[in-house]
Amino acid sequence: MIKLSINGLLVEVPEETTILEAAKKLNFRIPTLCNHDDLCVAGNCRVCVVEQLGGKALFAACGTPVAEGMQILTNSLKVRTARKHVIELLLSEHNADCTKCYKNGQCELQNLANEFSVGDHIFLDLLAHKEYTIDRFSPSIQKDDSKCIRCQRCVRTCQELQGVNALSVAYKGMHQKISTFFDHSMAEVICTNCGQCINRCPTGALVERTYLDEVWDAILDPDKHVIVQTAPAVRVGLGEDLGLSPGERVTGKMVAALKRLGFNSVLDTDFTADLTIVEEGNELLSRLKKAIVDKDENTALPMTTSCSPGWVKFIEHTFPEFLPNVSTCKSPQQMFGALAKTYYARAKDIDPKKIVTVSIMPCTAKKYEADRPEMRSSGYKDVDYVLTTRELARMVRQAGIDFSQMKEDHFDRLMGASSGAGVIFGATGGVMEAALRTAYEIVTGREVPFTDLNIMPVRGFDGIKQASVKIENCLDEWKFLEGVELKCAVAHGLSNARELMRAVKNGDLNVHFIEIMACPGGCLGGGGQPIPTNQKIREERAAAIYEEDMSMPIRKSHENPEILQLYEEFLGEPLGHKSHELLHTHYKERERY
Amino acid sequence: MKNIPVKRVDLIFEKIVCKEIFKKIISMDPERIIQSVIDSGLKGRGGAGFPTGLKWQFAANEKGDEKYIVCNADEGEPGTFKDRQILDEVPEKVFCGMAIASKAIGAKYGFIYLRGEYYFLVSKLEKKMDEFHLLMKEMGHDFRILLRLGSGAYICGEESALFESIEGKRGEPRNKPPYPTASGLFNKPTCINNVETLVYTVMILKYGASHFMHLGTKDSRGSKVFSVSGDTPKAGIYELELGMSVDEFVEEFGDGDTKAVQVGGAAGFCVPRKRFADTVIGFEGVPTGGSMKLFNSSRSMYNVMHNYLDFFAEESCGQCTPCRVGCQQLLKGIEAVKKGERSSKYLDELVKLATTMKLASKCGLGQSVGNAFSSIVENFKEEIIY
Ligand SMILES: Cc1cc2nc3c(=O)[nH]c(=O)nc-3n(C[C@H](O)[C@H](O)[C@H](O)COP(=O)(O)O)c2cc1C
Ligand code: SF4
Ligand code: SF4
Ligand code: SF4
Ligand code: SF4
Ligand code: FES
Repeated sequence: MIKLSINGLLVEVPEETTILEAAKKLNFRIPTLCNHDDLCVAGNCRVCVVEQLGGKALFAACGTPVAEGMQILTNSLKVRTARKHVIELLLSEHNADCTKCYKNGQCELQNLANEFSVGDHIFLDLLAHKEYTIDRFSPSIQKDDSKCIRCQRCVRTCQELQGVNALSVAYKGMHQKISTFFDHSMAEVICTNCGQCINRCPTGALVERTYLDEVWDAILDPDKHVIVQTAPAVRVGLGEDLGLSPGERVTGKMVAALKRLGFNSVLDTDFTADLTIVEEGNELLSRLKKAIVDKDENTALPMTTSCSPGWVKFIEHTFPEFLPNVSTCKSPQQMFGALAKTYYARAKDIDPKKIVTVSIMPCTAKKYEADRPEMRSSGYKDVDYVLTTRELARMVRQAGIDFSQMKEDHFDRLMGASSGAGVIFGATGGVMEAALRTAYEIVTGREVPFTDLNIMPVRGFDGIKQASVKIENCLDEWKFLEGVELKCAVAHGLSNARELMRAVKNGDLNVHFIEIMACPGGCLGGGGQPIPTNQKIREERAAAIYEEDMSMPIRKSHENPEILQLYEEFLGEPLGHKSHELLHTHYKERERY
Repeated sequence: MKNIPVKRVDLIFEKIVCKEIFKKIISMDPERIIQSVIDSGLKGRGGAGFPTGLKWQFAANEKGDEKYIVCNADEGEPGTFKDRQILDEVPEKVFCGMAIASKAIGAKYGFIYLRGEYYFLVSKLEKKMDEFHLLMKEMGHDFRILLRLGSGAYICGEESALFESIEGKRGEPRNKPPYPTASGLFNKPTCINNVETLVYTVMILKYGASHFMHLGTKDSRGSKVFSVSGDTPKAGIYELELGMSVDEFVEEFGDGDTKAVQVGGAAGFCVPRKRFADTVIGFEGVPTGGSMKLFNSSRSMYNVMHNYLDFFAEESCGQCTPCRVGCQQLLKGIEAVKKGERSSKYLDELVKLATTMKLASKCGLGQSVGNAFSSIVENFKEEIIY
């Protein structure tokens, strides 16, 4: 343990603690900008500087470990002057048109400017000498360098957490900026649109492309029938942006609010999550059959999931040789879109031309996914607009809805019912768990042998998880699987995904089925979720997801009555002709930069 | 105070047989080698002036057998051109210094990080390195040197940025602590020294610590290679005993009309004529990595400073706020004052900003911009304003 004093108060902390953490223990908040709980220390913004009594230079509190006997001042004259200078300098290089800015009111730079009441600017406006263009080419991400404070959170996110390296620091000195491969637009590079960088950007430099106006226009157009679907992870995150605490389940409130917003039908992506499980489970079994019974050497195994569009784009760029291994199932969002303009339209007798499908996603990559040219199986754009959890919260605020007072409501019928298996899609390991609950039962006629159906080995936040289930006493049709140990692996966050795929490639990992989610923690930690997102908050959201699962009367996808109805009335059978037309897709190799 | 007059020394470029010295050293305990360097009082010649023996001792005390010696030959400080000459004339002495350091701290690999513009030295260095490696083999000392080239960024001379660069990353300084001796190149204990520092260690072990210690002053032992440029009839490289005053230096090298000397390059201090007599060149006065630039009365100190600030605004790595934005503000600030867009009072704000840069910047670059700025503004205010 190390003893030191901060502003005259003694504190004792373990070695390796930073001054920032030690100060927090004493309830002194030191302002920070480049620091983020999820990322390695950068120490580049310098707003967190503190004074060591008798010391020459100031220390960056975020990056300096405590030392015995330190006497730290967090608010001395030297510190205050330096801090004010640093904030002023950032603002002098910043396009501070807050009232026009997407982050107005939710911006860490703006908060600091406010706290330190930087009224009259001391320094010259440097922006006048520079030229900036806003990159709006990506359907998911808007990058505005004139609002960038070069904290490099995005770069560290993209490199450390995601291992994508789409963003890096380019040029030096006054020209230094955050850039991409040869300054190409975000739409043209290896970026997966995961939005993790957006989630960590303290300013308005990286934000989602917003489609709020388009959605409002559709809602207010009497000729349109606007359907909304909500992803599993939204219901455990939305509350955070509307005044509730992390980990609160707000499913019913969310449905009520969506109805008040004027959507014609409020349906659930969890429904198509269940559908995905049925299709994907059957796809896995049919691949296993081809490999084991037909001895077809061209059958690609292990099969990987395909519901995370960030992951799909990542593998298209990074491991194209494994594209045949990716499940051909569309993501739940896209299955929903394709059914909305076919099955739903037919059942409700509405001209699909008049249907507008909106999805609320924890994800920014879903915006890109909806724009993929393959995603028009209904003959129309299957999903018209994708909004993030954050955008929905903004919509709720715009409409003046008092969210916390909403009375719980239920999803509409036809594509609104779901099982607990659909809900856990929102957490890392959830798709695997849901798939096992269904596949095991298809093959053996019995429930998976885990207490309460909770497959604990695939839960939790380890970067790479492995589990296996021994298949015994199969039904006749599946006898070829008798005694087979079904092996699975799960990764979340693309750095872990890369590591896992490398292991598969090198032959170090031999499994049948792989679940990968692009975002740390799975969709509950998605790039479109409320800011901040960090490990503590991810854990709280995950707990909420599993509570929600336990609270559902139906816990297995193949028992969802609306899924059964769908197959009976429309699709026929899993992997059938109609499924292939509407629910499955293909992938393409992409450049590596 | 009696200063040491300008006195030439010939240690760095003296032709010696490295094999003989190395023979003597190979049988020495690392502790004795380190003690000699400590006793000599040698301080780093790359600019920061850290006691070399102490640095070696820190690195030697680290556990583990993967350690590195790095020779900093980036020589980016404006007005410094002595390392180039050393590497050109006596490369074997540089290698020998690295080998001694490797013996002292227990390293098997050394890197020379050579300024990109010194590419013309590469073939010569490689040839000499081959000979050196044969010598190491013959001596039974397991040590190899690898050559790496910079790409023209001044910041890559800063030790931690240099490590990043060798590791194939963008040259951005790291947070300190940890210091290089604990976690440097490839996050292993590393001893990084300037070219000239390494050669001095060879001469210290050849002639003994006291020989070196008896040169110079209490705070600045020994001699130093100076790169003299600017308004001088005698531009060039000179090895001089430390401890002379700027006055004596100007008497020797000036053109009779010297109004200021910039000691230590862009990162150093500007000494005006009125301070020549009472300013010692050395760690007790104005330290220098070797750059000595003389300005006569035909020079505008506004232009001199503008030039330096332009350099820093370009050469800052750009990662930290005080330095990246501060350099631009100082540059644009003096322009605004010159054009009359801001009053001369604004210079006071800029001096305060320079202090913040000194206190709050992440590395030595940003921390030293204020040296030149404040010393020029203080002494040549009129030239800046009018
Ligand atoms: C911006 C900057 C540039 C530097 N450039 C050099 C250089 O070109 N050569 C050098 O030897 N040291 C340079 N240094 C100093 C090194 O960081 C380091 O202190 C030195 O190499 C240590 O060697 P020494 O103890 O032998 O002086 C630079 C420091 C800074 C902050
Ligand atoms: S990024 Fe923040 S400070 Fe900048 S304009 Fe937007 S809200 Fe204002
Ligand atoms: S969206 Fe994801 S992949 Fe793209 S730049 Fe941001 S962090 Fe990297
Ligand atoms: S884009 Fe955002 S996160 Fe990235 S450096 Fe700029 S301000 Fe920081
Ligand atoms: S002081 Fe300048 S050179 Fe050093 S880290 Fe900061 S921006 Fe980079
Ligand atoms: S928060 Fe410490 S330097 Fe940025």
